[in-house]
This record gives sequence, structure tokens and C-alpha cells, in this order.
Amino acid sequence: MHQEYLVPAQDFSVAGVASSNLKRLLKQLNIPPQTIKRIIVAVFEAEVNVIAHSYGGRILCDFEEDAIQVQVIDTGPGIPDLDLAMTEGWSTATEEVRELGYGAGMGLPNIQKSCDKLSIYTKEGDHTHLTMLFNLKEEV
Amino acid sequence: MSTQVFHHALYIVEHACKGCTHCMKRCPTQAIRIAKGKARIDNDLCIECGQCMAVCPNDAIAIEQDSLSQLEAFTTRVAIVPAVFFAQFDDSVKLGQIITALYALGFTHLYLAETGVDILTVLEAKDQSSSLPLISNFCPSVQRLIQVRFPLLVGNLSTLRSPAQVTAMFVRSELKAIADGLGVFYFSPCAAKIAQFKTEGSEEHRLFDGIINFDTAYNLVCAYLAKHKGEVQEGNRAFSFPVCTRKALRWSLVKGQSSSHSGRCLAVDEMHNVIEFLEILEDEQDTNLQFLELDACAEGCVGGILTVRNRFLATERLRHWSSTVPKQLDQNLCERILRHASAFYKNLNLEPVAPLAVLGLDTDHAKALQKLRKAERILKALPGIDCGLCGSPSCKVLAEDIAKSQASIRQCVVLKLKSEKDLNSLARIWGERSTAADGLKDDQA
Repeated sequence: MHQEYLVPAQDFSVAGVASSNLKRLLKQLNIPPQTIKRIIVAVFEAEVNVIAHSYGGRILCDFEEDAIQVQVIDTGPGIPDLDLAMTEGWSTATEEVRELGYGAGMGLPNIQKSCDKLSIYTKEGDHTHLTMLFNLKEEV
Repeated sequence: MSTQVFHHALYIVEHACKGCTHCMKRCPTQAIRIAKGKARIDNDLCIECGQCMAVCPNDAIAIEQDSLSQLEAFTTRVAIVPAVFFAQFDDSVKLGQIITALYALGFTHLYLAETGVDILTVLEAKDQSSSLPLISNFCPSVQRLIQVRFPLLVGNLSTLRSPAQVTAMFVRSELKAIADGLGVFYFSPCAAKIAQFKTEGSEEHRLFDGIINFDTAYNLVCAYLAKHKGEVQEGNRAFSFPVCTRKALRWSLVKGQSSSHSGRCLAVDEMHNVIEFLEILEDEQDTNLQFLELDACAEGCVGGILTVRNRFLATERLRHWSSTVPKQLDQNLCERILRHASAFYKNLNLEPVAPLAVLGLDTDHAKALQKLRKAERILKALPGIDCGLCGSPSCKVLAEDIAKSQASIRQCVVLKLKSEKDLNSLARIWGERSTAADGLKDDQA
């Protein structure tokens, strides 16, 4: 099954709406609460990243029997130095964004920790495309 | 964790139910459907909040009721009564008169449920749940709501025993010399507490011998006072545990529990507010809150479905009463508590509760996924106006019920109006299950 959510740029008032809708769906799929928590933490972080740093984007969810794939695709401007962005505490967030309580530099590191597989395509001047995979088996 | 079969205290009065959909639309867990012209409650989803009963225009939803004759089986009859009960009467009925009437009705001992708050304070009871923010388990309906709808927050629920339970343990210790024929009764302001008590294997079931509904007790006290007009003097009798502190007496009011917690606390009352808040809390990554007091009823227990008096007036009387009691227990009473503490001080926390996993469309998530896909396709065919005429609270719920093979697309009245022919072909695609309405026709034929 496929589900898509639109994420607008710079509209912090809707931060969490997409991940919250996804959460409702996961509950209906009878996914264990700990797994739902993991997925929501990662998707929420990615959603905030799109709002704070990009020109807007989409979240694409694909549900399979043993895994859930979530792709977060924005429309730019891309991450100049991915290694740096993956470092805990490093952030390019503006003062304005930090005042809203975001931009602690934990976004990508948290996403990495929460999912089973993460691949990132990005390039300065291009878009950013995150592919997260969450396994549903083996969980207790 | 326990595998108790949850007992439900709310039931539909078949002959009074018109199938009007009020309750179905109000139910916060979408546990109600209309079938064959009558409301049906899904016991897995029902959290006993009583919203359906409050909104029913035909008095067709009721709560199980035990009569006072249950007292006859016991020789020592203890009533554990929440302070809210005494606030059901207006100021013309003095506290002493209510107490006298309760003794006259057959009780030999009378304790305030809130005495348990003082016992917990004296024993410096600590909650074993450590996830922040801690969510109070005082309201059983909220606890069940979290188990049903917010499985991610189950770990935040407090595990500390309720004041009424602690009072019951204290009473059993204090009166153990006359344990033969000892009956402990609880007065309940709501369906949720009755359901908790009637669930076999629950702690309430173990600690209490019977339950008396607020409205029943209110009527009996009023009847007694009417019959003995003028004779009932104040001050003849008192509570078996004479006083309760100000903090304890305010426990069941909104923000009543917050006084026992340091750090930032928040109190939210009334079901739709609680749900809105829990939705946010479940998404929130970090909060600075330490303690959350959530009440299913507006204004807390004074708004319980079995209460008689206006909740604001009841709150005012309870507040006024609490201003007349001491802030701290005197030394004698503290010692009286400590004398019996050894019997239960190690047993002040309950086992943590588990999520109920009843929201899933199937227990197997591969099958749930198939059903969710199916429900999505069905939803596209439905009108989307959520009229409720099909007997489901919304088009989305009907689509899910059809996907679970619990309903038929033929139930949709709007599709029927549009084109009987189209509906026939849709029914062939989604299955030709007979509906409640069809069943009714069969009965008549």
C-alpha cells in the first residue's frame, strides 16, 4: 500500500501533521507500539527537516508485509556536506528556527538511529532524497 | 500482565433504544454501531466513559445496579465513600446528617475514600513508573482510553494504587480482628469504576465486596432524611477515620492531584479535551511536563455520569468543606496509619498495564494491510458525508467494517438513493453479506 503526505516549506505550524497521520495508519496495521515509536521519531525529524531547510517536499510511505519504506523527497537546495550534517549537534538552522525549538543538530543522527536502513541522496544545488527502511519482523 | 476479561457496566436498554445514532456519533472510541434499529456496544473498544449515556435522549443506556440488600450477607459493613458523594447535597443537608443517614442504612463503618491519599502521603509512597510525563491512573476510563487508542503512552501511566484501594487495604488491616462477615463497599460516581470493580481478577474485585451507585445511595439518603425530618441531628456520628486533610479532600477535583507532585503539572478534563491532548502528547518528542492529571468527566469526578448535582455547585461545596479541614494529620492519626502500614506498605504499586491492540484491522499485520487497502478502495465509493444512517459513525468506519467482513456496502442509504443498480454491482465486488436491515425484513417475512 502506498501513502503520500505533502510537507510545505517554512510552515512550522504543521510540523508533525504528516507523522501523526502516518501514526494513525500504523496503529490500524497492528504494528507493535515500540516499532511505531521508532518510525514516528524518524519521520517526524525528517518532516521538520523538510520544513526548516528545504523548499518543501513529500513523504512517500510504502507498506509491505515485512517492512515499511519511507521516502522523504524535497525540492532543494540540497546538503553541501552530508558527513557534517550527520554529526550530532551540527546544524545550519537559522536563529529564527532555533527560537522555535528546532535546529539542535540531532535530526539526521536521530533518523539514522531510529531506522534499520538509511540511504541519502543529496547534492548542493539539487534536492535531497532520504530512503528509510523499517523492518517489521524480529521485533518483540 | 493480566488476562482479565474486562467487565462492562454500561448496557443498552433494548426496548427504549430507537437507534437514533446520538450515542454512536459521540463515542470517543467508535465502539457503537446501530444494527436492527438498536445500538450495539463493542466491548473491546468501549472504555466505559459514559458519554453515550449522557447524550442518549431516550434513557436507553444504563449502568448495572446492585441493590442495598447485598449488605445483608455481612455482619460488619464498611462503606468507602468518595468526598464527591457528600457534595451531591445542597447546604441545607449537613454533613453530619448524611453521615447519620448512611449509618442508618446499615453501614457499621464509614471511611472517606480520600483517606487513602493521606495514607499514601504518610507512607511516602513512590510511583514505580518512571517514564515522564507520568500520567495519573486515577480515572479508569482515561487509563483504558490510553490502552485502546494511545498504546505508545501506556508506559507513562502511573502504577500507584488509587486512594480508594489503599483505604480498603487499611480498613481490612484495621478490622481484621472482626474479619468474619466483613464486607467492604465502594460508592461509585461513574460506570468506569463499577466496571473496574466487576472485572474478575482485578484489584478492586479483590478489595471490595460490593459497589453502590451514587444515584442509588443519594436516593436512599434523601428518603431516610425525608422520613426522619427534624429528628436527625448533626454530630452524633462521624467518619471511622475522623479527618482527612485539605489536600486529600480536593483530590478528585481538577488539579487536586497536582499538589502532590513537584515540577510542571497539567490537568485536562472532559473526554474530547483529553483525546486532543493525548494526540499531541503521543507525537511530542520532548515535553517539560512531569505529571498529567487527566479526567474523562468535565470538572473531574463531580461530573461523573452517576452524580446528581450540578458539577460546579458540587465542586464549590467540596472546596468549601476542604477549607474547614486541617492541612496536616495530627500525630495520633499518623500513628494509627503507621500501626497498620506493615500489612501493605510494600504493596502500594500495581502491575503495569499493557496496550490492548484493538485498533488494528487484523491481528496479523499482513492481513491488516490487505484489509486497510480494501477499506481505502471502498471508502472511495462511499459518499463521504458521514450521515450515520448505515449504522456506522462515519463512512471511513463503515469502509473498515466492510473490509473486516462485519458490514455490507448495502447498508449505505445514500448509494441506494443514487442508484440501486450501481449498489448491486458494488455489493458483488465487496461481498453480499446480509445487513441488519435485511435481517429485519426476514424477520417480518
